[in-house]
Amino acid sequence: MNGPVLEARHIGKRFPDQMHIPVLSDISFTVGRGEFVSVMGKSGCGKSTLLYILSTMDTDYEGELLIDGELMTGKKSGRLAEVRNEKIGFVFQFHYLLNEFTVLKNVMLPGLKLDKYSEKEIEARAMKWLDVLQIKQLATKMPNQLSGGEKQRVAIARALINDPLIIMGDEPTGNLDKKNSNIVLDIFKNLSDEFGQTLFIVTHDPDFAEHTSRIIEMEDGMIIHQKNSARR
Amino acid sequence: MKSRLSIDIAKSLLMARWRQTLVAAIGVTFSIMMFIALLGFMTGLNIMLDDLFVNRTPHVRLYNEIEQNPNQPIKNVTIYNGYYHFISSVKASNSREQIYNSAAIIHTIQKDKRVLGIAPKITTPAFFTEGSARISGVINGIDVQEENRLFHFYDYITSGSGTDLKVVPNSIVLGKVLAEELLVYIGDLVYVTTSTGEVFPLKLVGLYESGIRDYDKVQGFTSITTAQKILGKPANYVTDIQVKLNDIEQAPGVAKEYSHLFGTQAVDIQTANAEFETGSFIRTLISYVVGITLLIVAGFGIYNILNMMIYEKMDSIAILKATGFSGRDVKKIFLMIAISIGLFGGTVGLFLGYLLSLLIDAVPFKTASLPTIETYPVNYNPLFYCIGIVFSLVTTYLAGLFPAAKASKVDPVIIIRGK
Repeated sequence: MNGPVLEARHIGKRFPDQMHIPVLSDISFTVGRGEFVSVMGKSGCGKSTLLYILSTMDTDYEGELLIDGELMTGKKSGRLAEVRNEKIGFVFQFHYLLNEFTVLKNVMLPGLKLDKYSEKEIEARAMKWLDVLQIKQLATKMPNQLSGGEKQRVAIARALINDPLIIMGDEPTGNLDKKNSNIVLDIFKNLSDEFGQTLFIVTHDPDFAEHTSRIIEMEDGMIIHQKNSARR
Repeated sequence: MKSRLSIDIAKSLLMARWRQTLVAAIGVTFSIMMFIALLGFMTGLNIMLDDLFVNRTPHVRLYNEIEQNPNQPIKNVTIYNGYYHFISSVKASNSREQIYNSAAIIHTIQKDKRVLGIAPKITTPAFFTEGSARISGVINGIDVQEENRLFHFYDYITSGSGTDLKVVPNSIVLGKVLAEELLVYIGDLVYVTTSTGEVFPLKLVGLYESGIRDYDKVQGFTSITTAQKILGKPANYVTDIQVKLNDIEQAPGVAKEYSHLFGTQAVDIQTANAEFETGSFIRTLISYVVGITLLIVAGFGIYNILNMMIYEKMDSIAILKATGFSGRDVKKIFLMIAISIGLFGGTVGLFLGYLLSLLIDAVPFKTASLPTIETYPVNYNPLFYCIGIVFSLVTTYLAGLFPAAKASKVDPVIIIRGK
């Protein structure tokens, strides 16, 4: 239980049409349990590319990736999907809810897929997280009836449904106004402080990064700077 | 993954685009409906045409052909054994057309479990006299009751009464066309000249119409006793024994067996009417081909709509995959969508196809050549309904297979990062 949640070993990536320019080169770091890590950098520096490799969705890279001590590199896509389902929660820049389902059902879906608890329990857990995120009253609504900030909070609730080892975010506040950004940031901080949730967030917003416990700065596909934030 | 979850997701995706779903389902419905109605109608016609012959034709007919004796005297000369014998102008040895020992044969056949019934018959050429002209024809002496039970004799009596043939002595039923040529009406006397030269007056009690003009032009029917009387033969004189079996497919075997057992000629219905078998087979084949073509066209419709749906649902597929649904799960969901369209459309299609069949069945269809037919014939064979539903499921499954495989290969990174 004490090993790192996520470990990257010499990860590199090139796009096939530009083999001479690496998008990522020799990225190595670990994320420990309960850490709130943010990755900063200009757009095009490779931070999102890195996130999708770490999330197991992108399998075309060099080096090795370990999640919870298990080597992900070279695993079959079926197993990777299981890992994503069980151990990773996602929050994207755009809400990415399924418009065909109610808010509650959206939150429940990864739980139903995991099939660890009964449907009743999953529903209770979903309601608990909606309550924590103060959007319980939206449970029966359809996603297209929600505001951007509300959708993002639903997405966070969905990311939490299976008690993931780590929550990954790709510019989760990038599409929100200041007020909603702050709400989302507060939620993340709250999750980190009160629930000890591990978070790994890619952002280009320095204010957001300020509030995280550790900042990884990237430029041209390489880590140029890592520092522990002033917060702790 | 639990099937219930896949079904749930498939259902939600379907209902979110219910109009599109409906269009796809209607395509299947229409094809299945036409498949059922077309096949029912076509095979109905087929059966009717076959029945024209099969109902009237014995499954096995025993008769005696006039033939040369295969054992010519030269065979008995031992020194010519091993030589090939050339004999010119061999004459037929048996002058009698009757079946020998007919009573015993009938008795034996009646005990055979495979046999539905037998009707003895006398067929003899005859002339019908009309003034000074004589029209050649055939007189069939029949066991009226058995003939009707086995070969639906009364169905073909268009005027007069079939039962009179049995009751009224020295009575005859003539083919309708023959009666017109002879200018005789029911109750009139018809003069019949047999091959032996004797003239008999017979009373016309009914007209027979088979639907085949050439047949109706030469046929006359009397009771078997009347026929024996005009021919001056004893009561055991029979030229044909008609056998109807429980299973028509057994006819060739039974014919061979009887021929061997009774030493007579025996012909089965399949050999006698080979061209009919071919005709009805080809017609059935054509209707199946048309029906299946309709289904394939519907399959392409489903393929198109599923393809479109996948482009529309790229985001949803990406998010499902990002949250831990594997490619196989996604494929399963889309296959379920396809099959449920097939199942729903197919079931409604079966029902509408049945209604359409009922409609066709109610349309009046009267033709002089088919006296027993009132409306268009339709065949309600449950087999067509089974084929229909199975094929609709198979087509939609195949139509869904390719789009589903495509959906399972959607790369979530490209979709999510592309925004």
